[in-house]
Amino acid sequence: MSESAATNPLAAPPAHRASPALHHQFEELEQQYDASNFGMWVFLATEVMFFGGLFTAYIIYRSIYYPGFVAGSHGLEGDFGAAMTFILLASSFTMALSVHAAREGKRAMLVVLLLLTIFLGIAFLGIKFTEYGHKWHEQMVPGLNFNPSVEALRGAPGNAVELFMCFYFFMTGLHALHMIIGIGLLSVMTILAWRGKIRRDNYDRIEVSGLYWHFVDIIWIYLFPLLYLVGGRYK
Amino acid sequence: MSTAVAEVPVETRIHYLNASYGIKSWLFTTDHKRIALLYLGSITLMFFIGGAMAVLMRLHLIEPAGALVQPETYNKLFTMHGVVMLFFFLVPSIPATLGNFLVPMMIGARDLAFPKLNLLSWYVYITGATFTLYALISGGVDTGWTFYTPLSSHYLTTHVIAAATGVFINGFSSILTGLNFIVTIHKMRAPGLTWKRMQLFLWSIYATSVIFVLATPVIAIALFLVVLERAFHVGIFDPAIGGDPVLFQHLFWFYSHPAVYIMILPGMGVVSELVTCFSRKKPFGYMFIAYSSMAIAMISFFVWGHHMFVSGQSVYAGFIFSALSFAVAIPSAIKVFNWTATLYKGSISYQAPMLYALGFIGLFTMGGLTGLFLASMATDIHLHDTYFVIAHFHYIMVGGAVMGYLGGIHYWWPKITGRLYHDGWARFAALVIFVGFNLTFFPQYMLGYLGMPRRYAVYPSEFQVLNVMSSAGASILGVGYLIPFIYLLWSIRYGPVAGSNPWGAKGLEWETPSPPPTNNFQEPPVVAEEPYGYAEPEHAHV
Repeated sequence: MSESAATNPLAAPPAHRASPALHHQFEELEQQYDASNFGMWVFLATEVMFFGGLFTAYIIYRSIYYPGFVAGSHGLEGDFGAAMTFILLASSFTMALSVHAAREGKRAMLVVLLLLTIFLGIAFLGIKFTEYGHKWHEQMVPGLNFNPSVEALRGAPGNAVELFMCFYFFMTGLHALHMIIGIGLLSVMTILAWRGKIRRDNYDRIEVSGLYWHFVDIIWIYLFPLLYLVGGRYK
Repeated sequence: MSTAVAEVPVETRIHYLNASYGIKSWLFTTDHKRIALLYLGSITLMFFIGGAMAVLMRLHLIEPAGALVQPETYNKLFTMHGVVMLFFFLVPSIPATLGNFLVPMMIGARDLAFPKLNLLSWYVYITGATFTLYALISGGVDTGWTFYTPLSSHYLTTHVIAAATGVFINGFSSILTGLNFIVTIHKMRAPGLTWKRMQLFLWSIYATSVIFVLATPVIAIALFLVVLERAFHVGIFDPAIGGDPVLFQHLFWFYSHPAVYIMILPGMGVVSELVTCFSRKKPFGYMFIAYSSMAIAMISFFVWGHHMFVSGQSVYAGFIFSALSFAVAIPSAIKVFNWTATLYKGSISYQAPMLYALGFIGLFTMGGLTGLFLASMATDIHLHDTYFVIAHFHYIMVGGAVMGYLGGIHYWWPKITGRLYHDGWARFAALVIFVGFNLTFFPQYMLGYLGMPRRYAVYPSEFQVLNVMSSAGASILGVGYLIPFIYLLWSIRYGPVAGSNPWGAKGLEWETPSPPPTNNFQEPPVVAEEPYGYAEPEHAHV
């Protein structure tokens, strides 16, 4: 690339392209910031459609097999669901504070808040996988280990409950996968922040990671009532 | 490719091809132009793999009892032909090659908004293709390219998981490409380049990208669920627990019908450029052509049910899907009429790209009109799953999308390589392809109308004449596709130097040298005029 500098004036950064955070394809930092934010929003639109397929299927089957879905929902542990919701909302709060800290250029604060967010994410996954373990013991795992007790069926047909449990594992599993990706993403950001690589002129990567994290939270906000609260658990 | 370029003697200027050398400079490049060439090489390979399977199928169908392969093998041939051609050639064809190369140049930018993501999309594509090719060489898949459940999820013993995983992974390559284009077109246009000054190719790529981003995830989740169902023997499409296999068809076509527009919209964009350039006129009704691209993209999301008129879908849903499918004909017809009106009283020259464009207009019109037969519920009952459907969508996808792709490759080849190919051979190849194509697929309309079903390895002997005609046409078509492959490769080394604007065309991409420098423009361009300023007589700068 160095030889092109002689013939191509753009290969050498002009005076106004002074910031090292500015990638070569952009003219100015503001444009770069806008592009990365907009890019993440477009990606989230993709994600909405990705989960949308599952949500649509869920709604169709729920309307057909309502008793089975109520029985399946009552078999889930609502306390776990509530705890996970609380933890995830707390992690969204610390994530929002991380973005603020990054914008203000407070490095130590940023590292602490990111670590806290990661910790809450791991706590969420811990509860989730504990719940999966319980389902295994209750023999409520479709395909692999499905042999529910009579009480667990609550009079509903077994195959409808199995269908509900398919949705439970597919939807929460896919959500958990997104959580794991998010934790990986935030871990990279924490290392970058620790090394002082996050500055005021390139904090957009924290903001973009935050958008992703909040989106994964919002998916859970929909999953929680759909899976745990169907049929009026707390009447 | 890099070695061939390294030996070009006359070129002393530094451009994107000779700015750096070696295999690493290609595999780790973030230059959109080099990534376009990586895609070009990979999709050409996939095109010939998919084409080879079509050749085997047409050879087999020379005899009513089947001339070549076992029926099971025939099932695998048409499945892999469809999977390879649709997901690994047609979907990425124009966007990932010409789109990648041209979008930044047409908007006057140095690169796409996310160059690393662009490179990642190519690696994702290669990963998906590897899975699918693994399924191919380890015994093949015989689901049909649609992966319908419960056949795919419960009954077949072939490598469905590998093939479906390949298509699933490849979807993310489309999504990343579409995302990149949307952000780039929104945020990186040169000063003065308003939306209404954008070239029509950009509008069609933008509309395509919207479909990429919004439709592809739905097939991703559908195939993901099929893979899970196959792996765990239980899932939401499983009738044994009350699941509905038709739900899979809904999710599948929610992507796969818009995917048809992913394939044809970029071709329409290319044709808009070609017709304008080679008739030396402003496009008739610029805004109509631009907005009809967006209209096609929007309506495409609401027509999927016309694939399921005989799948037990409610007849009222069928009404609505039928009416909406007719609605797509309106923006499509607007485009055809506007291209024709652009030709009217233009100074038309019949260079090779223009021949492809004219072929596109005629063949797309036939493919589109026969689509209306299939969108009518009553006629669809008769024509469903016959060769009429095969002929219809090949007129759109081969007569339309592939013609547009080849026209675009021929039009921008001098910009991409800096070399001119032999125009006589190129015109000859275009005619061979046109003749071969029609001889292959027109008899299939007749076969379908007479009642020959698709996907069968044998047929009644009264259909033999038309089948032999179709097979003969396929051989001509195959030769037609090999000719450009040869003379285009030849031109890279031996072709005359093209100059920056061999066609005397308008557009930012023609204002920079061929091949362009790594940063595309010597100076960042500023746009101060409307597009396609062909009003005054042009002088070609050859």
